[in-house]
Amino acid sequence: MTFVAKPKVHHPRLPLNELGLTRRDYEGSVSTLCAGCGHDSVSAAIVQACAELSLPPHRFSKISGIGCSSKTPSYFLNRSHGFNSVHGRMPSVATGANMANQDLYCIGVSGDGDSASIGLGQFAHIVRRRINMLYIVDNNGTYGLTKGQFSATNDKGSTSKKGKPNLYESIDLVGLALQLGASFVARSFSGDKKQLVPLIKAGLMHKGFAFIDVISPCVAFNNHQGSTKSYDYVRGHIESVTMADFIAPQQEITADYEPGSTEDVAMPDGSRMRLRKLDDSYDPRDRFAALAHVLERQAAGEVVTGLLYVDPDSTDCHEIMNTIQKPLNTLVENDLCPGNGALDRINASYR
Amino acid sequence: MSTVYNDFVIRFANVNGSGSASANGMFAKALFRMGIPVATRNIFPSNIQGLPTWFEVRVNERGYLGRREGGVDVMVAMNAETYAEDVASVTPGGYLFYDNSKPLAPSLRRSDIHEIGIPFSNLLLTEYTDIKQRGLFKNITYLGALAELLNIEFEVITGMVSAQYKGKDALIRPNINALEIGRNYARDYLGGPLKFQVRRVDLNGDKIMVDGNTAAALGSLYGGATVCAWYPITPSTSVAEAFERYAGQMRVDKETGQNKFAIIQSEDELAAIGIVIGAGWNGARSFTATSGPGISLMSEFLGLAYFAEIPAVIWDIQRAGPSTGMPTRTQQADLIGSAYASHGDTRHVLLFPSTPRECFDFGADALDLADRLQTPILVMSDLELGMNDNMSEPFAWDDSRMYDRGKVLDAEALEGVNRFGRYLDVDGDGIGYRTYPGTHPSKGAFFTRGTSRDEFAAYTESPDAYVRNMDRLVKKWETAATLVPKAEIHDRGQKAGIIYYGTSALPMQEALDLLGAEGIHLDQMRIRAFPFGAEVRSFIESHDVLFVVDQNRDGQMRQLLVNELGVDPARLVSIRYYGGLSISADHIQGKVSEHYTTRKLARLTEVKS
Ligand SMILES: Cc1ncc(C[n+]2csc(CCOP(=O)(O)OP(=O)(O)O)c2C)c(N)n1
Ligand code: SF4
Ligand SMILES: [Mg+2]
Repeated sequence: MTFVAKPKVHHPRLPLNELGLTRRDYEGSVSTLCAGCGHDSVSAAIVQACAELSLPPHRFSKISGIGCSSKTPSYFLNRSHGFNSVHGRMPSVATGANMANQDLYCIGVSGDGDSASIGLGQFAHIVRRRINMLYIVDNNGTYGLTKGQFSATNDKGSTSKKGKPNLYESIDLVGLALQLGASFVARSFSGDKKQLVPLIKAGLMHKGFAFIDVISPCVAFNNHQGSTKSYDYVRGHIESVTMADFIAPQQEITADYEPGSTEDVAMPDGSRMRLRKLDDSYDPRDRFAALAHVLERQAAGEVVTGLLYVDPDSTDCHEIMNTIQKPLNTLVENDLCPGNGALDRINASYR
Repeated sequence: MSTVYNDFVIRFANVNGSGSASANGMFAKALFRMGIPVATRNIFPSNIQGLPTWFEVRVNERGYLGRREGGVDVMVAMNAETYAEDVASVTPGGYLFYDNSKPLAPSLRRSDIHEIGIPFSNLLLTEYTDIKQRGLFKNITYLGALAELLNIEFEVITGMVSAQYKGKDALIRPNINALEIGRNYARDYLGGPLKFQVRRVDLNGDKIMVDGNTAAALGSLYGGATVCAWYPITPSTSVAEAFERYAGQMRVDKETGQNKFAIIQSEDELAAIGIVIGAGWNGARSFTATSGPGISLMSEFLGLAYFAEIPAVIWDIQRAGPSTGMPTRTQQADLIGSAYASHGDTRHVLLFPSTPRECFDFGADALDLADRLQTPILVMSDLELGMNDNMSEPFAWDDSRMYDRGKVLDAEALEGVNRFGRYLDVDGDGIGYRTYPGTHPSKGAFFTRGTSRDEFAAYTESPDAYVRNMDRLVKKWETAATLVPKAEIHDRGQKAGIIYYGTSALPMQEALDLLGAEGIHLDQMRIRAFPFGAEVRSFIESHDVLFVVDQNRDGQMRQLLVNELGVDPARLVSIRYYGGLSISADHIQGKVSEHYTTRKLARLTEVKS
């Protein structure tokens, strides 16, 4: 298998963004994932979101762990550096990268195995640290790359491709993120670009830690009858709380609720998905209500999607730590080294 | 009784958490300020309060600062629980200080030592009403008594008390009062001076007395580290704590009051090294400090950083094996685990400091080397060096020194590059050019992975590309051997030599003198880094017999030498100590001498002219 560069032919009709770039300028190399894998739709949504926001495509750091999902950072934003790191440890690498240069947009992509099993500890702690980044979990309820074992987000009672039921309780990363105080928590569905793209935009613009759990079916190992993360299952059980339209940060993020109406959304496989919009009693600024709502719908066998919680006055790790605005990786000798003179005093204190 | 000046070992037996550390530290510092060479050693339990702890000071005019075997000359026994053990450790003719407020059990008495009973508890009962204060001042009181009996200049101690409590003046008087109670009691009730006396000399020059961990932190700060991530573990914790303290003083932007550093106490060592690697990847100088268990946890990441070629600095303050207890004792037992840490074909650069000054220097050098070689650098200190105050050359910095950021292309340089290849060996030294994320709008971006890449960082599983990359890493390793600190060699053309590293340097001069007196003359090589430079090989090749000193069970440095240089193992005689205290001159001398005896090797009975 070798790397395939996408042919750089410009489509004359592709619209230009504010930077004079087209969506192609935000793409990555050709995906090596299975055809129809939900993860590719997430990558496409990232491309679209970044292009539409007119963000400079080279000013990102893309960090991931290990898994099919974690391979995806090479499938978007080719002009930026990416780092496919260690299974379950994306949060620490992203933390370090963000410490070094807070001016870059940071996108972390992980899987449910990566974040809810081996990396659950790191997931919890990056939420606490409020690293300014967009953290996406491509959640397929399975270990795609190791061929279909149950992951910890897999629902109890869901069956594997071989018909074996999952006997254990599942971990809901959204619930966890809410509980740990994440300032932006959303869930979406890889097939629901209309919902996902605005969420990604909002997450990128959010100051602090933004988390999106994206249900992203694995067509190879978790898209059969009996799985609760198959396209069919999710389509039937989804309840959308917000069709969050992204609004620039100086304005408040509002939810475009149209109570009682329904909307059909095109799916990557050509089918359509019917989302029911929430009534306008849902307030994404109420963390406690968000948590209660998630748990309640979960008990009813439904997956809530949309912008579940956002703290408009959020802060980030650098602000908490009071670091200088200038990226630490740009500081030089003059900024960093106190010089020989200062050692006189220090030496004297040890005599 | 002939008086012995400036040559004795004193040990303080205390209860952990009783506030003895500051009094004991002042004792050592007072002698140091009187120009007398001293070495201090803490022996402490994995416990915060209640368990026994010992503090030992070796006083020696010849500068022999290694641990001395064969008991202590003066014992200050302030812990009832270890009393029997403490009494037993006094050398015949030595002195035992104890609190005789209560009578001593007859079974604990020895006729061959001098017992010096001072009723500390009773003396302080009337002076201080608060029980806690009484406990604390007891330490100061024995300091006063020792000053009188050993002839320590009293003003040196009072001066220290005043300096220590500067700004908290209310504390100065009671402390001095406690000192005087001890001094006066000794003067009024205890007979003449002890056999062991101190007297002012001028042997310390401009030396400083500091622990290696503080030095490591300062070196990292001077070397431009901006990101420090760590997880607490004895004996490394004080590296990060000292970095935080000094960064808070010297790395705060004057205009904004904002920090020019970021310190993260992470959730574990996996995260600590992950943060360091993330920061290094993104162009910030970063380091972590840990000990053996942390190195084990970091191993997966160390392998990734080796393959992905990311700078990182890891301080390993080595201690004895797993769990708690012995691990708060010193050892050099992480060499093999660190040199080859991780999965796949990995080899890591190690540095071996042996003094605080060297910790300072290596703190900065390691950051330069990490950037130059684009790989993790592990600095192998240990508890002995890291947590004890060691005498050292003062810290110094060359103000004209620029950081070596290694091969990094900025936007301008990228403009001149036709096609950027992250892993191309452009210069033939095995080191490619890197770029920081976000440098250029269209050039220089690459995707970082462990393996599976070609020279242009493009994904490939081609066996040829893999082999090419691995062979380049070998070339880089050879380059590393030319860049790391050279071994320190004293070669007078003897047939036999001794090889050592790290804190085995402390007892070495004494060991060599002891051996010299028995007609065994050894050339010396102190190894300062792995991979080994050419000088290490030629030292080994030019000697018939070589002793390799390790403070671990398996002779790990010897293994590295055999493994990496293909030395005939029969030529390397292993001298090992692994009891958790630091290695002594007596131990080294004993083992070398034994080898000469059993192998019937010739000794020089007269000094060669
Ligand atoms: C330390 C370690 N253990 C195990 C593996 C094997 N492994 C690779 S990917 C993976 C699971 C990935 O699952 P997930 O994060 O859900 O990603 P997906 O492939 O489903 O997108 C495992 C167990 C590994 N790479 N590293
Ligand atoms: S195995 Fe599943 S998760 Fe992996 S690429 Fe294929 S469909 Fe996607
Ligand atoms: Mg998965």
